Amino acid sequence: MPLVEFHNYSMGFKDDDGNVSNLIDNLSFSIDEGKALGVVGESGCGKSMTSLSLMRLLPDAAVVQSGKILFDGKNVLEMSEKEMEVIRGNRLSMIFQEPMTSLNPVLTIGNQIGECLLLHHPDLAPDEIRARTIRSLESVGINNAEARLSQYPHEFSGGMRQRVMIAMAIINHPALLIADEPTTALDVTIQAQILDIMKGLKGDSGGLMMVTHNLGVVAEICEEVVVMYAGRAVERGTLKAIFDEPLHPYTIGLMSSIPTMTSDKSELPAIPGSVPTIYDFGKGCRFADRCSKCMERCMREVPKSLLVGKDHIVACWLYPEGEVV
Amino acid sequence: MEKGGPLLKVEHLTKLFPVKKTRFFEEQRHVHAVEDVSFELYEGETLGIVGESGSGKSTLARAILALTKVTSGTVIYRGEDITDFRVPPAKRKLLHSELQMIFQDPYASLNPKIKIGEAICEPMLANGQARNHDEAVKKTRHLLEIVGLRAECFDRFPHEFSGGQRQRIGIVRALAVNPRVLFCDESVSALDVSVQAQVLNLFNALKKEFNLTYVFIGHDLAVIRYISDRILVMYLGKVMEIARYDQLFSDRAHPYTKALVSAIPEPSTAARKERIILEGDIPSAVNPPEGCRFCQRCFMARPECFEVEPDFYEVEPGHFVRCPYMKGGE
Ligand SMILES: Nc1ncnc2c1ncn2[C@@H]1O[C@H](COP(=O)(O)OP(=O)(O)OP(=O)(O)O)[C@@H](O)[C@H]1O
Ligand SMILES: Nc1ncnc2c1ncn2[C@@H]1O[C@H](COP(=O)(O)OP(=O)(O)OP(=O)(O)O)[C@@H](O)[C@H]1O
Ligand code: SF4
Ligand SMILES: [Mg+2]
Ligand SMILES: [Mg+2]
Repeated sequence: MPLVEFHNYSMGFKDDDGNVSNLIDNLSFSIDEGKALGVVGESGCGKSMTSLSLMRLLPDAAVVQSGKILFDGKNVLEMSEKEMEVIRGNRLSMIFQEPMTSLNPVLTIGNQIGECLLLHHPDLAPDEIRARTIRSLESVGINNAEARLSQYPHEFSGGMRQRVMIAMAIINHPALLIADEPTTALDVTIQAQILDIMKGLKGDSGGLMMVTHNLGVVAEICEEVVVMYAGRAVERGTLKAIFDEPLHPYTIGLMSSIPTMTSDKSELPAIPGSVPTIYDFGKGCRFADRCSKCMERCMREVPKSLLVGKDHIVACWLYPEGEVV
Repeated sequence: MEKGGPLLKVEHLTKLFPVKKTRFFEEQRHVHAVEDVSFELYEGETLGIVGESGSGKSTLARAILALTKVTSGTVIYRGEDITDFRVPPAKRKLLHSELQMIFQDPYASLNPKIKIGEAICEPMLANGQARNHDEAVKKTRHLLEIVGLRAECFDRFPHEFSGGQRQRIGIVRALAVNPRVLFCDESVSALDVSVQAQVLNLFNALKKEFNLTYVFIGHDLAVIRYISDRILVMYLGKVMEIARYDQLFSDRAHPYTKALVSAIPEPSTAARKERIILEGDIPSAVNPPEGCRFCQRCFMARPECFEVEPDFYEVEPGHFVRCPYMKGGE
């Protein structure tokens, strides 16, 4: 049984008049125990809303429209807030996109991490909490952890704060860790340190859901990939399938528009236009108005997600043959 | 200006910011934002400046453009000392149009209540690039089209544009006054990769069309390498390396550059080389380390590195490195 399964999940936002506009449309994917899945796409494609849906932490204006999100076989969309509190920060844990706003500035680092532990293990003795807190800080490469316990977030650099966030997220040994852009605000040398730590954790943690717009980060850590565009999973498959044989025009466009350390200096094959907002989605394929391969059918009909190869699913009318998934 | 000489020459430029004292008798300390930076910029080239956050990239550009007063050093433009723009008013006006900066956040530099078109016409008129308002409007519409915005955008307000469009507006605003050198500070960093590619292509196309010279500042080495002919690598206010873009992978590259290159996660499934992971954070620019600026994090550091500040060596033609162990011949 997979650890997490999104089943035709759809959500949107309601405006002041109560009209709902769809963002995430029919999203399906799963993560197995011990596996790392990368969720990639540009800004506004619905990556964070996907992770917040699983955590049941969507903003007020958000509306779940249909589908299921199974965690440990249970639909989180049907759980009570009480049940969620038991698994959140425990079996299901998340590193948020903004590390600066996620730490409480008036509490010491030691208190904040200890708090996470105590919340789910109220019987632990203070000594044990202290010991485990120190161990968790050490596991994310913070030297001198004991002395650091009594310091406040502002005494930590950006990279250090991100380590604290990771320590906090893994202290209860979650079955699934969601990391939403865990390195986006950091310099590359610090990013390399954090990715190194996350790779080390992969062995002993359960599953990892890595949300990022950085394809390099995905290639570094993940075994499987979901490419999102305007709220839809346009392509998913193994890392190899997505990176070495991308099929969807958006995936191909995304890959080739990034300058790498070895690319030549010829003109970059850019995708024209930009990601639409939820009020500008077309009726058919949401990528249609930017797609160089767009056909008449694309404007009218939503492309189906079809299995086109081993573990390789694409939603694009260029590939109309395949098993429906 | 001598023929074939540099368009811009920066010599020993230093910018220190005083740190606010907490006690009266405390010794005055400084942020060493930019220290003893020297380089040359040639007509028609794109010089990239990379370095991690706080390494002094923006401050260097601001000091050259007299947006902040230099502590010491000189800036020479077309053979003339223009440090702090201490030149006669007519000349200063010319400098203000010939040397243009595109800011890190173009939205913050746009007045939300003024139509985009008017915001572009205004400096054009002030700098005498248009004789009257009609001519300014015509030029502006033309420029909007060149950067891929419709001329109708003229009458719209800043909040109606996306990040990529605002960046284009920033570019139009800079182009409006016939610049020769454009300083682009993190001009594509905030953009989605598909839009980033569009804007990078645009910069390259405009360079040819308007005969521009670029100083392109960023922290993404792959982007900077793509857009630049030569690259200047900064660390804690100092220039560690100046290299042609194809010299970055050289064995002679600075250890810091090697670490930067190795830290970039490549978007491919190819087997990766053993990565150089730097220890620790960038030290404070208030107390930069003695000796080599990079000594505390360098994977090659020897005891001397903690004591003596290395010179800048030419390790290959056109390739300068501030590390004695890259000289070769040892
Ligand atoms: N209250 C709201 N009403 C309408 N649309 C909203 C609302 N909140 C968010 N959105 C839309 O949802 C999308 C944001 O999705 P999400 O934050 O998941 O994107 P993301 O892929 O995480 O992007 P980023 O890379 O920028 O973090 C955007 O298109 C945004 O406009
Ligand atoms: N006005 C100022 N007063 C005091 N210190 C400053 C000021 N401006 C910059 N600094 C400091 O100077 C150093 C260099 O800053 P600068 O903004 O030039 O770096 P940068 O390389 O552009 O970084 P980033 O990549 O984050 O834009 C930093 O330590 C910064 O905190
Ligand atoms: S469905 Fe059509 S428009 Fe959409 S990506 Fe495929 S070819 Fe392009
Ligand atoms: Mg997000
Ligand atoms: Mg800067």
